[in-house]
Amino acid sequence: MALIHNFVFQGAQMLLVLLLAPLLTGFVRKVKARLLRRRGPPLVQPYRDLARLLRKDVVLAGNASWLFRVIPYLVFAATWVAASLVPTFRSGLMFSWTADLIALIALLGSARFFLALAGMDVGTGFGGIGASREVMIASLAEPAMMMIVFAIALIAGSTQLSTMAAFMNSPEVGLRVSLGLGLIALIIVAIAENARVPVDNPATHLELTMVHEAMVLEYSGRHLALIELATFLKLLLYVSLIACLFAPWGIGAATADPAELAFGVVSYTAKLAAGGFLLALFETAIAKMRVFRVPEFLGAALMLALLATLLRFVSRSF
Amino acid sequence: MVIDSLYAVAALLVLAPAAIALSASPAGRPVVYGVSLALSLVLVAAAAVSLVGGQQSNAVLPLGLPWLGAHFRIDALSAFFLIVVNLGAAAASLFAFGYGKHEEFPGRVLPFYPAYLAAMNLVLLSADAFSFLVSWEFMSLSSWALVVAHHRERDNMRAGYVYLLMAGFGTLALLFAFGLMAGAGGDYVFDAMRATPPTAGLAALVLILALVGAGSKAGLVPLHAWLPLAHPAAPSHVSALMSGVMTKVAVYGFIRIVFDLAGAPAWWWSMPVIVAGAVTAAMGVLYALMQRDLKRVLAYSTIENIGIVFVALGLALAFKANAMTFAAALAMTAALLHVLNHSLFKSLLFCGAGAVLASTGERDLEKLGGLIHRMPQTAFVFLVGCAAISALPPLNGFVSEWLAFQAILVSPQLSSWGLKLMIPAAGALLALSAALAGACFVRVYGIAFLGRPRSDAAGFAQETERVSIVAMGLLAAVCLALGILPGFAIDVLAPVTQLVAGARMPVQSGVEWLSIVPIVESRSSYNGLLVFLFMAASGMIGAYGIHRLASDKIRRGAIWDCGFPDASPVTQYSGDSFAQPIRRVFGSLVFRAREVGEMPPPNSTLPARFAAIVHDPVWDTLYEPLNGFISFATEKLNVLQFLTIRRYLSLVFAALVILLLVLAAWP
Amino acid sequence: MHGLTFDVAHLLAGSLVVVSFLELYQDRILALINIYAAHAIVLTLSVAWQAFIQDAPHLYITALIALAFKAVAIPMGLRQIVVRLGIHREIDNVVGVGLAMLAGIGLVALSMVVMLRVTAEADPLAREDLAFALSVVLLGLLMMVTRRNAVSQVIGFMSLENGLVLAATGAKGMPLVVEISVAFSVLIAFIVIGIFLFRIRERFDTVDVQALDRFRGERR
Repeated sequence: MALIHNFVFQGAQMLLVLLLAPLLTGFVRKVKARLLRRRGPPLVQPYRDLARLLRKDVVLAGNASWLFRVIPYLVFAATWVAASLVPTFRSGLMFSWTADLIALIALLGSARFFLALAGMDVGTGFGGIGASREVMIASLAEPAMMMIVFAIALIAGSTQLSTMAAFMNSPEVGLRVSLGLGLIALIIVAIAENARVPVDNPATHLELTMVHEAMVLEYSGRHLALIELATFLKLLLYVSLIACLFAPWGIGAATADPAELAFGVVSYTAKLAAGGFLLALFETAIAKMRVFRVPEFLGAALMLALLATLLRFVSRSF
Repeated sequence: MVIDSLYAVAALLVLAPAAIALSASPAGRPVVYGVSLALSLVLVAAAAVSLVGGQQSNAVLPLGLPWLGAHFRIDALSAFFLIVVNLGAAAASLFAFGYGKHEEFPGRVLPFYPAYLAAMNLVLLSADAFSFLVSWEFMSLSSWALVVAHHRERDNMRAGYVYLLMAGFGTLALLFAFGLMAGAGGDYVFDAMRATPPTAGLAALVLILALVGAGSKAGLVPLHAWLPLAHPAAPSHVSALMSGVMTKVAVYGFIRIVFDLAGAPAWWWSMPVIVAGAVTAAMGVLYALMQRDLKRVLAYSTIENIGIVFVALGLALAFKANAMTFAAALAMTAALLHVLNHSLFKSLLFCGAGAVLASTGERDLEKLGGLIHRMPQTAFVFLVGCAAISALPPLNGFVSEWLAFQAILVSPQLSSWGLKLMIPAAGALLALSAALAGACFVRVYGIAFLGRPRSDAAGFAQETERVSIVAMGLLAAVCLALGILPGFAIDVLAPVTQLVAGARMPVQSGVEWLSIVPIVESRSSYNGLLVFLFMAASGMIGAYGIHRLASDKIRRGAIWDCGFPDASPVTQYSGDSFAQPIRRVFGSLVFRAREVGEMPPPNSTLPARFAAIVHDPVWDTLYEPLNGFISFATEKLNVLQFLTIRRYLSLVFAALVILLLVLAAWP
Repeated sequence: MHGLTFDVAHLLAGSLVVVSFLELYQDRILALINIYAAHAIVLTLSVAWQAFIQDAPHLYITALIALAFKAVAIPMGLRQIVVRLGIHREIDNVVGVGLAMLAGIGLVALSMVVMLRVTAEADPLAREDLAFALSVVLLGLLMMVTRRNAVSQVIGFMSLENGLVLAATGAKGMPLVVEISVAFSVLIAFIVIGIFLFRIRERFDTVDVQALDRFRGERR
């Protein structure tokens, strides 16, 4: 009985992240437009885009291989699994013990690995440019993320996301310096990983400024829809992760009653809205960096995260 | 058990000279490789029985030094490494059934191959210093013969020369290490060395000598210079053995000396090991990203993985010195599991490179491309190998990296300040090298197998022999199996960590749903099987849902390329272009990488030239000055060749007088 | 001892270290001056918090001095100097940003180890604040060493002084007299340096210290 109960909750979480992801991106786009004194597209426009893409035929280049056709499904599966493992309205999810935060980062890493291969598959200059820049950004963002995980795991005593969320929600966590450093570093990494200004412009169609867009240039139809959905899911994942680790109020415990769970859902939606608003504000206020300033930016995140871990190693009260 | 293993090894030694005769006929090749395959499988079985059964067996043969004999033994540590070595050897032999057809001079390869296998097994079986060192040298010599098998290429002769130099240097260091441990009594049997551990100062010297000696064979920076020259020069199945298996024999040597024979470790022992490992990991993968030769990339990637193993070994040493035996078991399990995993996927990758070389005749990445269409099965298994080495779940590379990170998370409990500062930095370098390894293998796979062919050789390649693909497929299947069911591997490793680190990890086979729980469930756990099933289910639900509810039509068209398609394959990215961002970010610091472009003046029709210049810091700061010094010293000493008779006599007289003085002054 | 007061004090001291890192990262002079102003504001908050928890009203005056002089007056003055010297568009790193930040991490680690070992018996809050303060001092010195432009070196010097103030307030009981005298001497030094910068610029047309080296004359 408890097994079915847990299974239902895990399934509900998976469905919730899938349904909310396009809405979050639509919200971010709407806020950005409003800040620029435009009306902007409707909030549900991403859903309409996905529906439109799904209906269309796929047009493949003549020399696209079987790998090119399989990769959208792989990327979508890896990102969806990763997004389902982050506690949103309730911790203690059924599959949370199958993969901890390190495995989650590795899952996102495998999605990125295959997307870069997709960029190389057709053999164009754009795909190469996107893939090579993406792996350069990843080569700094992934270690920074790993050091952030270390710092938080050393405070919370675990790498399991449910345990970490529960610890952050308890009164034992103080206002620690390492947490502050970790938060700044995590925000920088999240911006880099989701291809947001100042690292990459998600709305660009200029070749020299593309990273993510260049890799998926040859995709069309339902393949493109899956990759877009995976991108939305990744943004949702990072906002949920920041909310779960640094603003965990409202996440129901594993034994929560329906009222607490409803409150959890409401608070989660509110956190997503707040995160989306702040992201839109930040993107509007700052200009995109040159590609070769991005390593300095991410290097700063790596240094901050390394400092956070170092402080934890040196003394328990940091 | 050890007697059976010795019979198998003896059979291999008999096969070696027999192969000289067999290599004359084309049917000789399957015989040699088939017998090697069978004998390797016999050795795997014997070692597995010994490891699982927990027995230790000894044997003393009347060979070698008359007052010593030759001692052989299988204990948990050598049983595990025997499994690793012989699994690799079996896979390489199976691969060579097909690949060996392309060998131009089988008489230069076939006799030395069984000898090489025999030598590696003898190193693992030895239980006294003399047989260990003789087998070690034999291993170096037989692999040297294989490296210079294609002796007409000048690069191979230079590679062989450097290899021989470094191998000799390594054996010298190990000789001194064993000598220090044998002590004044001079008893070379391992049991005697174990019973009388050296004093603190001598033990420190033993650690450094073992690190230098075994490390040079394993490929630690800065003693790695021979590895990227020698490993690519040998035939591909031998490269698979050298990278995947011989480096692990060197790791075995290090573990045997430092963890077993040298006694209890001091608190600072782990520091040089961790520093060497972390620097090796980062430098190895950065070197790999700069290379154009496919096999050289794989050789440098071996260096990176050996760095990871040594970081984990250093952590185990630190925990052992601090009496944290469970943490030591965790770190040691991470190291040994990575040893096993790396031997599997590196053999797979080298076999794939061999298949590519045999089909296209090219090792240069800039001449390959589009092979996924021409060699689909090789491309598939090579993809599995690339994914495994980039530590992607649910394959096996991720499990050992995860365990290493868990070991790092336990290390704040260590009491030494130096370690407290060093370990976060080592962890950052480990994470950096993992991310760069992913970049490196996206580059290798993307340039070699994807895209459009950059030369005719790649455009008209044929698929390799069926049996080679079967060998690679078996390796890929084992990689997936170890990634999905890591608990079994951890339980099998338990007797080894018990022997070496003094404790074992918690029993994994009883855990719910076959997860692995290194410390306690609330702290961390990982379930490869469920992650795999989860991903497969999500992917299939997505695919099914979309194909049913939306469209499933496909049309083929021209390449989009933003509306500017160019038919020439030169316009796609090359290996150097792919590595350019990383070369600029990391290479300008580590390699003094500079890009030099010469533009012709306006209105000139001359082509522009572009060169990316990379300096190897280790050659420039270590080997070149050493080379210069040795040349200088030998020139000065050359004077001794041309003395008069009177001078020679005075030299002899002076030596005699000095010895008599020493004798007189001896207290 | 994990009360909220402990944590907030730590957080403010840690923020000072982070802002020092931001100074190392920034290589444009006008933005650097803004970050120095932020450095001074964080120092003000930290000193004010220490005044609150130690119940030492004279530290409020220290905080006010820091705010008035270091967060407002000095940055305004520096901005005017920079604009009048015409160097507000130059970039001035000697070593790359990455190397400077790596060195910064090493210095923070060093100061942690030194301070925590040397003061093993003292009050935990004071020890760790001292460790952060030493880090800020060392990072200020690093800035002075890795910059070419005289104005950036002045800012490095002043962040160093901020670190000293942090150390003094954390150690419970810096008399007001010391603080006022230190602040005045810094102000005088600042005015003198400003005057000299103008004179140097008039004579030699540059304030780049490496270029100035050439005018040093023959060595004896």
